[in-house]
Amino acid sequence: MLYAAIAARAFRRYSTYTAATLAGIFTNCVFGAIITFAYIAVWRQNPTAGGYDVTDAVTYVWLGQAMIMTVAVWNGGATDDLAARIRTGDVAIDLYRPVSFLGWWLASDLGRALFHLLTRGVAPTLVGGLLFDLRYPAGLTAWLLFAVSVPLAVVVSFAIRMLVSASAFWLLDDTGVRNLQAVFAMFFSGLVVPLVIFPGWTRDLAMALPWASYLQVPADIWLGQRTGVDALAGLGFQVLWAGVLLAMCAAVLRLAQRKVVVHGG
Amino acid sequence: MASPTTRTAPSTGPAPTPAPAPLRRLGGNLRWGFRAYGLLALMWIRVSFTYRTSFVLLTLGQLFITALDFVAIVIMFANVDVLGGFGLAEIAFLYGGSSLCLGLADLALGNIERLGNRIRMGTFDAMMVRPVPLFAQVCADEFALRRLGRIAQAAAVLTWATASVDVDWTVGRALMVPYLVACGTVIFLAIFTLGAALQFWTTDGSEAANAFTYGGSTLTQYPLTIYPVEAVKALTFIVPVAFVNWYPALYILDRPDPFGLPAALQFSSPVAGLALCLLAGLAWRTGVRRYRSTGS
Repeated sequence: MLYAAIAARAFRRYSTYTAATLAGIFTNCVFGAIITFAYIAVWRQNPTAGGYDVTDAVTYVWLGQAMIMTVAVWNGGATDDLAARIRTGDVAIDLYRPVSFLGWWLASDLGRALFHLLTRGVAPTLVGGLLFDLRYPAGLTAWLLFAVSVPLAVVVSFAIRMLVSASAFWLLDDTGVRNLQAVFAMFFSGLVVPLVIFPGWTRDLAMALPWASYLQVPADIWLGQRTGVDALAGLGFQVLWAGVLLAMCAAVLRLAQRKVVVHGG
Repeated sequence: MASPTTRTAPSTGPAPTPAPAPLRRLGGNLRWGFRAYGLLALMWIRVSFTYRTSFVLLTLGQLFITALDFVAIVIMFANVDVLGGFGLAEIAFLYGGSSLCLGLADLALGNIERLGNRIRMGTFDAMMVRPVPLFAQVCADEFALRRLGRIAQAAAVLTWATASVDVDWTVGRALMVPYLVACGTVIFLAIFTLGAALQFWTTDGSEAANAFTYGGSTLTQYPLTIYPVEAVKALTFIVPVAFVNWYPALYILDRPDPFGLPAALQFSSPVAGLALCLLAGLAWRTGVRRYRSTGS
């Protein structure tokens, strides 16, 4: 199938850079270790902060390191290529391909995400598991729910990054918007601190924003904080945001195709 | 840190002066290096003003991204009163110190980390044939004024922390603050250069350098009491990022060393900085010497 072929090519493209992958894994592990000690200090003072125990918190750190590249929390991935193609005008070629524009780029990003999950995702988790005492999904159902939740997280992230890249149709240089988005994503995904320990109403707000789909929802499924109906509600939350954001992407792209003159003639 | 393979400033022949010739040449090289760096940086600042919206958003983005780092610490303190035996103001002092040093070093030569990319693309060769010190070119390449965002935020936190910590401010303590910033910046400059020099050997490994630069900064945001004692020793004697802010801060905050290490360490940051600079200079020179073009 065409989209699978696109995804497979993207997977192979990323798999070319072995040294870069190893360097990235090393960096993820260093940061994982640093943050682990910070969280251990927090949970030693307050053993039930955010409804997590210290094992949950430490596991959360390593899941976060695993998700950074998989979900492309601070940008990167197929949508960065798209932004460059909009600037140079190469996007004209993408627009007259007899394939769905959105589908093409989504497939490419999913291929990338799979590669990053198997390398930058699995490796830090294994290292974290060797260095510290981690918690693992309690049973087959939890594993399955987690396996559904991760691709959904990638789709939500893709849609947001796509909207950012599409801003290049108007702004030409999307780096400013991209960096600003990265700030929100990094913080509201719960990568810096778990959303569950946000105080008061900020917690509810953060849990309702689309970035909660990146890490907090999959992590809670992994940790067994969300089981049964709660877990399904988590997946529903991700599906909802994925749908809304993809619809927005489609609308924005339609507008761009009508209004915008492509560069490079 | 003048680079070895560059041409010197146009010399005007043997002028009779009291200073010995090699020293004079070094002085001239350094002056020319800094001037070239300044000119290149200025050029890149003008470039960044071309896309004004993007520049403003990028600077704000830098400011927010680092500010959120601090908000994260504040959120942790919504759940606890002390972290590793230190209160919020004290941790803000550690955070502000390390983040300001990283910000200054990052502004000065942060783009040096793109060396691997430049080697891969072959554009490094073009730099080598220009009559401008190589190291100055690499440091000033795509000089990013937007990094003032991080510096402004870190300086604000450091100022707030300095005003809020419960310390009996003596002249010595007050002088230690600019001393901390200066030494810490030098340490990060050296670490950036080392990370870049390693890319002469591993072209694709630029991300590993982040573990030491940004990682070093993240690590020293927290009191080192949260880490195991072996790690603290490694951070003192192997990768000496503990000298960026931890040891000077122990003196400023009037804390005995929680690990019982000698108090002399609290004044040893310049030694660590100098050692790292020498190592970085050596690594850079060796890297440039052994560099063979990608050949394409």
